[in-house]
Amino acid sequence: MSEVLLDIKNLKIEATSYPPGEKPRNITLVDGVSLTLEKGKVLGLIGESGAGKSTIGLSSMAYGRGGVRITGGEIWLKGRDILKGGVVGLRALRGREVTYVAQSAAAAFNPAKQLMAQVVEATLQHGVATRADAEARAVVMFGKLGLPDPENIGRRYPHQVSGGQLQRVMTAMALCSKPDLVVFDEPTTALDVTTQIEVLAAIKEAIAETGVAALYITHDLAVVAQVADNIMVLRHGKMVEYGTTRQIIEAPVQEYTRALVSVRSIEHVEKPEGAAAILSVAGITARYRGTKFDVLTNVTVDLPAGQTLAVVGESGSGKSTLARVITGLLPPSAGRITFAGRVLPAALANRTKDDLREVQMIYQMADVAMNPRQTVGTIIGRPLEFYFGLTGDAKRKRVQDLLDQIEMGKGYIDRYPAELSGGQKQRVCIARALAAKPKLIICDEVTSALDPLVADGILKLLLDLQAQEGVAYLFITHDLATVRAIADRIAVMFKGKVVRYGTKTDVLTPPFDDYTDLLLSSVPEMKLGWLENVISTRKMESAGN
Amino acid sequence: MTRIPLAALIGLVLTSAYFLAAVFAGFIAPYGMAEIAGDSWEPWSSTHLLGTDSIGRDLLSRMIYGGRTTIFVATAATILSFSIGCSLGFLAAVKGGWVDQGLSRWVDLMMSIPSLISALVVLSVLPVTLPVLILVMGLLDATRVFRLSRAVAVDITVMDYVEAARLRGERQGWIIFREILPNALSPLVAEMGLRFIFMVLFISTLSFLGLGVQPPLADWGGIVKENKEGIVYGIPAALVPAVAISTLAISVNLVADWILNRTSSLKGGRG
Repeated sequence: MSEVLLDIKNLKIEATSYPPGEKPRNITLVDGVSLTLEKGKVLGLIGESGAGKSTIGLSSMAYGRGGVRITGGEIWLKGRDILKGGVVGLRALRGREVTYVAQSAAAAFNPAKQLMAQVVEATLQHGVATRADAEARAVVMFGKLGLPDPENIGRRYPHQVSGGQLQRVMTAMALCSKPDLVVFDEPTTALDVTTQIEVLAAIKEAIAETGVAALYITHDLAVVAQVADNIMVLRHGKMVEYGTTRQIIEAPVQEYTRALVSVRSIEHVEKPEGAAAILSVAGITARYRGTKFDVLTNVTVDLPAGQTLAVVGESGSGKSTLARVITGLLPPSAGRITFAGRVLPAALANRTKDDLREVQMIYQMADVAMNPRQTVGTIIGRPLEFYFGLTGDAKRKRVQDLLDQIEMGKGYIDRYPAELSGGQKQRVCIARALAAKPKLIICDEVTSALDPLVADGILKLLLDLQAQEGVAYLFITHDLATVRAIADRIAVMFKGKVVRYGTKTDVLTPPFDDYTDLLLSSVPEMKLGWLENVISTRKMESAGN
Repeated sequence: MTRIPLAALIGLVLTSAYFLAAVFAGFIAPYGMAEIAGDSWEPWSSTHLLGTDSIGRDLLSRMIYGGRTTIFVATAATILSFSIGCSLGFLAAVKGGWVDQGLSRWVDLMMSIPSLISALVVLSVLPVTLPVLILVMGLLDATRVFRLSRAVAVDITVMDYVEAARLRGERQGWIIFREILPNALSPLVAEMGLRFIFMVLFISTLSFLGLGVQPPLADWGGIVKENKEGIVYGIPAALVPAVAISTLAISVNLVADWILNRTSSLKGGRG
């Protein structure tokens, strides 16, 4: 029986919300959550956004973000109640016994200071080691985390290393003061799958070697299954299920956990080939104004009418640029785009109203894709008025029809975007695109910012709408699970080139090219031991070469 | 929000009192604007509540008529500067490229000359009438408004909803007035309160220097000028307009703050 490190009993966390035009009211973020963490173990906290997982993670250092208060319960760390330690006790605790790894490393580092100065700062602050010792320890950590040139990387500035490296530097920072507990708050969420797997492996190895305990917060069950010993599933600030990783993944008890485990259950059979192409992209090469670097090189893809072409790749592969070229925002330097049998003018200004109407766009961040000062009725109604001249009651009736079609029903037409949930916002954006009666909708990472279950709903809706309206989708994503769920054809992009293109079955069937293989094998699977398998296979392969 | 906070209420009462006095000057003022009603520099009394000025005109009446001129000129110039500044600022942000460069550099050029000096130069050449005054003040101040509105609009034009409007094929006018303006309103309203007060100070300064409102028309800066010799003899007549200017400044800004709070707490508004 190993020693209990962290013991949270009946935690209650509240915040005050100030809704406009109403009296401030208290809202409960976390209610009655209890957990224990033994030395050297990893507990995964999982749930959708707003489930209270980050709030619980931060409470282990008795910290409440922006007006969040811990109002009930006890938090015992190494045998003392940290809530009763006062400010002095907390100062000794934070950065020394408990450390934190934030989601966005790019935002968490001070861009004006060298990495090493920031990595050893907390260690020196607490007088744990001299500067020389701390820096030596940091270099060892850099090496363990697989960073290139561990001796010298500390002299670089945050903008001189990649996102995945920065995330590992932050892990080194957290481990440098030899803490007892590290809180990882979505450390890999902002990374590409191919980078995520490296960081994940590095974190797992570092945890195992240093024997530190960890709280690992994420919304991705497949990721947490690779690193955690135990998993707690949270929803709306309450505990849903708590058990060993094996039990949660293989035999979930609660309905909600089962939904999380079986998410992305959409089975999509690809449509037969042979339909005429609605969109033909031929030999497109494009660069941004004032640069000498081609973002897209000789891209050629076809999209049959009423089907879905998924464009897959990591960030920087040029997939969003392709969307900008098709919509006319970025005229290409070579190549042409044929749409519905006619060549589309390269620049937006030269396109006819019908050209514009028939190609619609849905964005990743629904929050900023809608004017916050317009109501849902205005947002969806504007294309109706603009393209079809609908006004007054006719317009309002058509808006309501569209709202019914996206399964939102009555009572939303006069709301502002801020009064909708994330999934509802994305639905309104879909309705706005549909209002124009388009033949092609470009979906740019439309589900990436959403929780898995909500994203699933959006994908189902998109498939239903395709069946009803016969609209074609150009679906840009980095998420291969989404691709499997929705695509008829797939184009894999890497560094501005299409490296693999064909029907879904063809693209996802071996033999693969190197990049597609790397991409496919990097997608976390909801299996125990998946990470070790992939890593050891890759090591064997590189040794074999 | 039905309750008005106390500070805003005070601001609202004072501001509307000044504006009402300006509008109904002819009914409120006890004497005519240029009427000689007593000896020079009479003390405060029941017949002349604020005393008389250097040539024996009733100071309260002068203040009320002067307020009308000052507030009218300042309001008109503020409206002018915001119409020009905002339209051009938004246009520069939306168009970008050469339009933006041209306008911005021209504004830089204008701003490199202190506005009081450019105003003095222009007004010493042109006939000093109220329309000319308003035009000169409005144009000079439009450069400041241009800077602010362009900065605010540049942030907004990169939003996806503006791109969505462009992809829809909307005209420049719709993008500026329907997509950008509602989201830029909060900082602009706050700026408007400040700018109005700067205008009051500007016209008062010009009048004090003799290049603003011309006698016998009264205005607050002119009243200070006419009575400044009195200060040596301990006569407070020149201080009365100063008090009026400062109370108007504070009360207008209290109202602007309140409007700012209200608009920024609107659904999803910018902070």
